[in-house]
Amino acid sequence: MSLTTAHSVVAPSANSKRIAGAIIIAYALISIVPLLWIFATSFKTPPDSIAYPPKVVFQPSIEGYCNLFTTRTRQTPEYINSLGPATGFCDETVRKRNMVIAGPSNFLPRFVNSLVIAFGSTFCAVFLGTLSAYGFSRFKVPLADDLLFFILSTRFMPPIAVAIPIYLMYRELGLSDTALGMILLYTAVNVSLAVWLLKGFIDEIPREYEEAAMIDGYTRLQAFWRTVLPQATTGIAATAIFCLIFAWNEYAFAALLTSGTAQTAPPFIPTIIGEGGQDWPAVAAGTTIFLVPILVFTILLRKQLLRGITFGAVRK
Amino acid sequence: MLNRTAENVARATPEPLARKVRGISDKGLAWLFISPTILLLLAINIFPLFWAIYLSFTNYRANRPNEVVKNLGFANYQRILGDQDIWIAMQTTAHFVFWTILLQTLIGFTLAWLIDRKFRGHAFWTTLILVPMMLSPAVVGNFWRFLYEPQIGLFSYVISFVSGIPPTDIQMLSNVSLAPWSIIIVDTWMWTPYVMLICLAGLRSIPEYIYEAAEVDRASNWRQFWSITLPMALPFIMLAVLFRGIENFKMFDMVNLLTGGGPGSTTEVASITLKRQAFESWRTGYSSAFAIILFVAVFGLANIYVKALNKVKQR
Repeated sequence: MSLTTAHSVVAPSANSKRIAGAIIIAYALISIVPLLWIFATSFKTPPDSIAYPPKVVFQPSIEGYCNLFTTRTRQTPEYINSLGPATGFCDETVRKRNMVIAGPSNFLPRFVNSLVIAFGSTFCAVFLGTLSAYGFSRFKVPLADDLLFFILSTRFMPPIAVAIPIYLMYRELGLSDTALGMILLYTAVNVSLAVWLLKGFIDEIPREYEEAAMIDGYTRLQAFWRTVLPQATTGIAATAIFCLIFAWNEYAFAALLTSGTAQTAPPFIPTIIGEGGQDWPAVAAGTTIFLVPILVFTILLRKQLLRGITFGAVRK
Repeated sequence: MLNRTAENVARATPEPLARKVRGISDKGLAWLFISPTILLLLAINIFPLFWAIYLSFTNYRANRPNEVVKNLGFANYQRILGDQDIWIAMQTTAHFVFWTILLQTLIGFTLAWLIDRKFRGHAFWTTLILVPMMLSPAVVGNFWRFLYEPQIGLFSYVISFVSGIPPTDIQMLSNVSLAPWSIIIVDTWMWTPYVMLICLAGLRSIPEYIYEAAEVDRASNWRQFWSITLPMALPFIMLAVLFRGIENFKMFDMVNLLTGGGPGSTTEVASITLKRQAFESWRTGYSSAFAIILFVAVFGLANIYVKALNKVKQR
């Protein structure tokens, strides 16, 4: 094909390429504006964030980040003057608004919950998914197609519909508002994705490798461990990142089944309020911190993205 | 080399263990590998589903666990099918699903078609376009509330700047006729890249020799698009529509944060109604029945659609 492209009669003309490029770049820039605005707002002061017309040029401040990590109480100027010198930038900023830092906010523990639950459920889902995918890929499993469809069909259920009985079940088992309960739930949701994706990846590894290893005296299990797994690492890593992103972003279950100790960041961030309504710079700061890992993962994943979002149905 | 490793492994494995491991037949190993997943799904998905089916025939309320549970037969189902509010919610959902899919397919396919021209730097811009769909719909949807804020919100400001409408009049979230569009806009912004990516795969799967043959036959660009590009990309477009359709039928997070179903119930899609019934009114039995109906609806529609998809693929 590469031979023909140079003189290809069907290659787009330079002009059409230029127009296409201009439209795509315009779309990309416009679609990225809301994200840039989140980032910009996180460095605004509360008055700057709600200025009219919206401020594009402003004096950057880390007040939003200060507010995100702390809770504050309003005090009289006399009391604040009696406190002695401010201990840090945040302290100083907060005092200018006639407030003092009362303590750490819940953001950090919620963020840690997100990390624990996302990584815990990803590990479990990828572990179970790899085993099942290998089973489906290499052995004649009776009713394999039905089982695979069953695994996928669990994704069709609206999360709220699943949440009703799960809520009751977890209440009986004492799993409501626990990290363990959320890890189990996210594992169950993610394992369908993991099985389907990993089956695709393992199908692509030639069976001859294992067969050769088994002729050389490996048992089936050893062959799986020593020849299949090392070759499936890219697929396993990609699958893990997809599971991680799902668990990281999930909101419906988290909002309905957690309220305190096990609450993750997505249901927490919208509840960040300041005096007189939503504290948008703090919300933007929390959102920015929350989104950065996903941006990194998206760049890492860009080659596998298509496969991941279609459950392995479309491969390039 | 492989042989030597094998010997090492064979030597490293203690004989009794090796015999035990070797003793597992392929069939045994298959079940050993598959059953944990199946068991987990049975416990976390299927058992609750049956519980919900049982509850849907009762008047159980989760906030009064000690009350005597009465069997109602099909009364809950009958009430749902005759409930005006439920039908309005279904209409709202249909409106949302229809417009999001239409817009996402049109814009997504156009973008894919343009990217397929392979202009310089297309890989970078494609990745940039893909970013919104990877983000949390809840966290980003929440921030759109700020963008939609009349006057101070960036979205309202830009719209008023372009159209000349006073910025205080652009009440995207609290105006009854604008609110449904506010959720469609955010969903389209987030998920157009998804449709685009699948369409792009479809366009790239069309072999170049077909176009060359068409060119030899002097088929116009227009003709090539309608007779080659579109039909050959159609299975991919339909796959994207299937995935988006299921996802948007279940839509909860973004809408819940953006409008919460309001103003009134103008953006109350099915999942929001379900949440209000189940976790605010605590009509557990009633909402379970609604959940089962929704599940059957998604499942049935998806099945019909997959059949159509397979037919298109076979052509």
